[in-house]
Amino acid sequence: MTVPILFARDICVTIGSNEILKNVSLSLPKGSLKVLIGPSGAGKSTFLQTLNHLIPHDSGCLELNGKEINLNNKRELYAYRQQVGMIFQDFNLFDHLNALDNVAIALRKVKGVERQTAHNRAMQELKRVGLEDKATLYPAELSGGQKQRVAIARALAMDPTVLLLDEPTSALDPELIGEVLAVIRDLTRDGLTMVMATHQMDFARALAHEIVFMQDGEIIEQGSPEELLQEGTSSRTRDFCARLVTAIDDKR
Amino acid sequence: MDPFYTNELIPALNRGLVMSTMLIIPSAFFGLLGGILVGTFRVFGPKPIQRLFNAYTAIFRGVPLMVQLFILYYGLPNIGIYFEAYTAAVIGFILCSSAYNSEYIRGALLAIKSGQLQAASALGMSKTQALVWIIIPQAFRRALPGCGNEMIYLIKYSSLAYIVSCIELTGEARAIAAQSFRFTEAFTVVACYYLLLVSIATYLLKKVEKRLAIPGFGTK
Repeated sequence: MTVPILFARDICVTIGSNEILKNVSLSLPKGSLKVLIGPSGAGKSTFLQTLNHLIPHDSGCLELNGKEINLNNKRELYAYRQQVGMIFQDFNLFDHLNALDNVAIALRKVKGVERQTAHNRAMQELKRVGLEDKATLYPAELSGGQKQRVAIARALAMDPTVLLLDEPTSALDPELIGEVLAVIRDLTRDGLTMVMATHQMDFARALAHEIVFMQDGEIIEQGSPEELLQEGTSSRTRDFCARLVTAIDDKR
Repeated sequence: MDPFYTNELIPALNRGLVMSTMLIIPSAFFGLLGGILVGTFRVFGPKPIQRLFNAYTAIFRGVPLMVQLFILYYGLPNIGIYFEAYTAAVIGFILCSSAYNSEYIRGALLAIKSGQLQAASALGMSKTQALVWIIIPQAFRRALPGCGNEMIYLIKYSSLAYIVSCIELTGEARAIAAQSFRFTEAFTVVACYYLLLVSIATYLLKKVEKRLAIPGFGTK
């Protein structure tokens, strides 16, 4: 068996008397796309944020390429975070920097890449997400979909081995979702290892290698989309998706 | 023209203007820098440092500047610390202005969404790097109108320097007025000097604001 790229073992997070995550473990083989689904409040977002230690866990451990990360060592933590890129629901582009500098800043200040080289690299990443003509625009001048694509370019510029995506299309207008999903689809084809929380079931069904269903801070089920979503199977995941669909139909 | 103006008042006030400028420029610069540092520590520093700078701000905003200057110039020699009048005045102005500016900066820092810091951390930035390259540049732009206001105040409270015998604009005007008993003329002219200084500062601040303007931050 090959060593997974990223392995989270028995992650527990308690805030006050609330158990947000209860012994959540996840193993990410190279090149895989795992999709986290589940009702809101299930802990998907919290779990993703524990994976790069934006939220510290109370117990459990993180392993990158089979090596446990010592999260108390600041230097090791910062190096680890460079390896694990993150895409946020509300983009979090740096508002005072234009698209190009948003992508280049971490290259320059974290990796110490010289200005011109960093800009060239940033331009290359903006091209990859189809935004080379928006390089000089500021976040306030970009649409939601464009902002999220810049955010993806910013993460990719650091050459991450894993990308975490926290509902990357949830804050977008319906007509802008497609452009972001297209970029993510290209990344799966390039073989980037990713974990993504999403409600885009069609996307998950088509591209996920594995669907992970979470509820109340626990992983309830995981398996391939075929196993969990096929007609006739009785999985919690399928129930949830069916309810999701009815909810949408009811609204109509 | 009345020789009182050309031979006495104007040369004295010009002398005072030089001294005032020498008080205002370093005080404004280091007051702003100090404000950024103090404000940042008050929001993002470790708890004990936060408390320390909160106390500093409470004291320097809570005690009249004139009293602070008296303590610096007349009080500290009692414990063996001697300052020149000019130095005492500048130190007093910097400490006071830093305290006020820190409050503008603090407000601006609190207004920055936590996602900015998260995104910076997620890219592998240390907290210091995130503050220096991401958070403070944004907060500074938001705080600029407030800090500019503080600089305008500073121009006027720099007149307090004369009470610790650092003779600047107001000090010169006072001396001339006392000598000649022409209070109205002396203080009317000195008022014009201050108005001019404030106008120049306002103009420069507007320029800086324009220069730093970014879509989504202030001026369109």
